[in-house]
Amino acid sequence: MNLGPHADFIVAAYAVTLFVVAALIGWVVLDYFAQCRILGDLEDRGVARRSQRKS
Amino acid sequence: MPVIDLANPTRFLAVVNRVLPWLIAATIVLFAVGLFGAMKAPDDYQQGATVKIMFLHVPAAWLGMFGWALMSIAALGTLVWRHPLADVAGKAAAPIGAAFTFICLVTGSLWGRPTWGTYWVWDARLTSMLVLLLLYFGVLALYWTAEEPGRGARAAAVLSLVGAVNLPVIKFSVDWWNTLHQPASVFRMGGSTIDPAILTPLLIMALAFTFLFVALHLAAMRNEILRRRVRNMRLIQAQELHA
Repeated sequence: MNLGPHADFIVAAYAVTLFVVAALIGWVVLDYFAQCRILGDLEDRGVARRSQRKS
Repeated sequence: MPVIDLANPTRFLAVVNRVLPWLIAATIVLFAVGLFGAMKAPDDYQQGATVKIMFLHVPAAWLGMFGWALMSIAALGTLVWRHPLADVAGKAAAPIGAAFTFICLVTGSLWGRPTWGTYWVWDARLTSMLVLLLLYFGVLALYWTAEEPGRGARAAAVLSLVGAVNLPVIKFSVDWWNTLHQPASVFRMGGSTIDPAILTPLLIMALAFTFLFVALHLAAMRNEILRRRVRNMRLIQAQELHA
């Protein structure tokens, strides 16, 4: 595939997009594991949500 | 399951956990097909190979605007019905919409330099898109800096509704003002002006990016619901310690 005389601009556009999308995916995945870990820690310490408490 | 059941965060999480793997798989397939089509698409007779930037720039522009439209609808849910999931949806959409708006501006700049001879010009389309990015930053600042989450959510919802005025300005800026940016060429009266050999991969890429947006949004909403559970449990823990 020949990208012509402006190949640098095309490659840069795809690279920036890939970087931003990868950062978004990374943020969502890492945040999910962090929240699950904190929730697990709180449950291990016996803290229960109001809806889970036995009356 | 009735749609109204999705308004319950626990049921919503169950649906997200079921749907997300399929959505991710569909996104990967769509990107594979779309990128293959984009690479195989012919060069434009005027712009040459730089037209390949369009496969990123146009979907990013649509999704930047779609994100704000989503936030505006969620803002109604927050302000009128005070539904917590509406606030969760608005907050989760903000960083994703901002990222797509940023991609649109950067890829547009990189496309503009070889096509127009400049990275940036203060024409109505480019400026209104930059305003959209600044509005996103404003909403994110309100969410992230408010000490009381409810107050931050209401302020962000008001800004989301006010900022929606910018959406028709972006869309019609190329018709209302004399701009360097080209007029609408995909969705317009009289049909698209783009050749099907380029239009087809563009629409597939747009669908792929839309699936990516929805998958990221659902995942970010799940994270926000979990974050609120953590906050509530910490409050309960603090109350028990002081009791």
